[in-house]
Amino acid sequence: MTDTVAAIDAVWRIESARVIGGLARLVHDVGLAEDLAQDAFVAALQQWPRSGIPDNPGAWLMATAKHRAIDQLRHRQMAERRHGQLGRELELEQMASEPDLDAAIDDQIGDDLLSLLFATCHPVLSTSARAALTLRLFGGLTTGEIARAFLVSEATIAQRVVRAKRTLAEARVPLEVPSGDQLTPRLASVLEVIYLIFNEGYSATAGEDWMRPALCEDALRVGRILAELLPGEAEVHGLVALMEIQASRSGARLGPGGEPVLLFEQDRSRWDRILIHRGLTALRRAERLGGALGPYALQAAIAACHARANAPIETDWPRIVALYDALAQLAPSPVVELNRAVAVSIAFGPDAALELVDALRDEPSLAGYHLLPSVRADLLARVGRHDEARAELARAASLTQNAGERRLLAQRAASL
Amino acid sequence: MGDHTLMRFMMIMKPNISEENWAPSAEAIAAMSAYNEELTKAGVLLALDGLQPTAMGARVSFASGQPTVTDGPFTEAQEMIGGYWLIQAKSRQEAVQWASRCPAADGDVIEVRQVYEMSDFADET
Repeated sequence: MTDTVAAIDAVWRIESARVIGGLARLVHDVGLAEDLAQDAFVAALQQWPRSGIPDNPGAWLMATAKHRAIDQLRHRQMAERRHGQLGRELELEQMASEPDLDAAIDDQIGDDLLSLLFATCHPVLSTSARAALTLRLFGGLTTGEIARAFLVSEATIAQRVVRAKRTLAEARVPLEVPSGDQLTPRLASVLEVIYLIFNEGYSATAGEDWMRPALCEDALRVGRILAELLPGEAEVHGLVALMEIQASRSGARLGPGGEPVLLFEQDRSRWDRILIHRGLTALRRAERLGGALGPYALQAAIAACHARANAPIETDWPRIVALYDALAQLAPSPVVELNRAVAVSIAFGPDAALELVDALRDEPSLAGYHLLPSVRADLLARVGRHDEARAELARAASLTQNAGERRLLAQRAASL
Repeated sequence: MGDHTLMRFMMIMKPNISEENWAPSAEAIAAMSAYNEELTKAGVLLALDGLQPTAMGARVSFASGQPTVTDGPFTEAQEMIGGYWLIQAKSRQEAVQWASRCPAADGDVIEVRQVYEMSDFADET
């Protein structure tokens, strides 16, 4: 790749979401907007190596794409003269000829980006389609990159993206920022997609394609952009805080052999101080907005308790219990309950925790979850019920797929 | 150094100004604030700082195993650092793109340097 082509690639990465978002609002079609933006990008690849990169490459791409949009519309109108289209053509011509006013431009770019993100994360799409389309149109990734990241074939992702764009067009999803009652549920869908992308990257194991862990970075970038676009939404800051703090541990969560290292055993000097600082700042932004913390902010607050402690023993466990109590009320789930029990056992002793864990034993969704008997074994051992503890460890070992983990469980059983 | 999951770059500003007129004009400050905001809104800025004039600083140099302290100010142009940005980018080219957009003055230099990540060392252990 020549230097200019690599530079144009970088420009695309920086500008594509804004260009596609702006175009989508003009032509009212995400798929068409992407095609037009791609055409403009191809034009840049042809012209910029000779002319050099323009001073404002984003504006160049936008103007080029708008001209193409007008051309296309004219062609279509010649074929089928329809009434309503004329107004749109005038609107387009006006947009293309008018130099954008600096004062208006910031708001407009913000709305362009937001309406694009709300469209690519629209609930009419499946979650996997939402993730692929968001990475493609908002994150500037190629279908090949997305395919590598999600461990599926490029054809699968390409098809998913094409279908998603068609679904949006057929459902006539408007390119706009939802308001009123609509904002909260639509925002929840956006946050869900961002966190799904982040977790996909976070769950990558050593030796896998590096595109996978890079998803964490992509998700963080989308989250950070969203936090600036919707500064008044506490849960956006909550999610950003959660992702920043989780990402801060990425250098410590895998051992030399690629095996996972649990939170309590991690070398905290390998935690990224800059990301922790950013996470704590984002959490403060969420808290300052007032009101009760949402599920993301609560999880971030729990992560922050760990991030602030230099060692597990210095952790504010009573606060973690209180935060889990709040989380269990807001978003109850057996996994949250189990985590709450672990926090209770450290803050208040094994007896209180054992009661919580015993209540989970008949929970069907945890039936195959090896951490339940593993946690219960630890609590039983601490209250002196060793035989039962050994039985639980054996059960945990039978449930885990990980050989290293099974070895550890056997060691624990032997030491009882 | 191969592909990275996380690439960070430090953009080190070496301003073309003398120690005496270290403080930038109100216009320059406004332009720089807008630039910093652009980096923030794009989700790439991790941290930034501006540095006080060298008169407030010192240099600690080493020879024969001994540190020698020299108080500021220092006068060599192009040796002074005015501040830095730490950004996250997908490629060196992207970092260079961001640096190119800085509303810098004639003669200013921004050095773009990639930061070592944990993973750079993990392979050697």
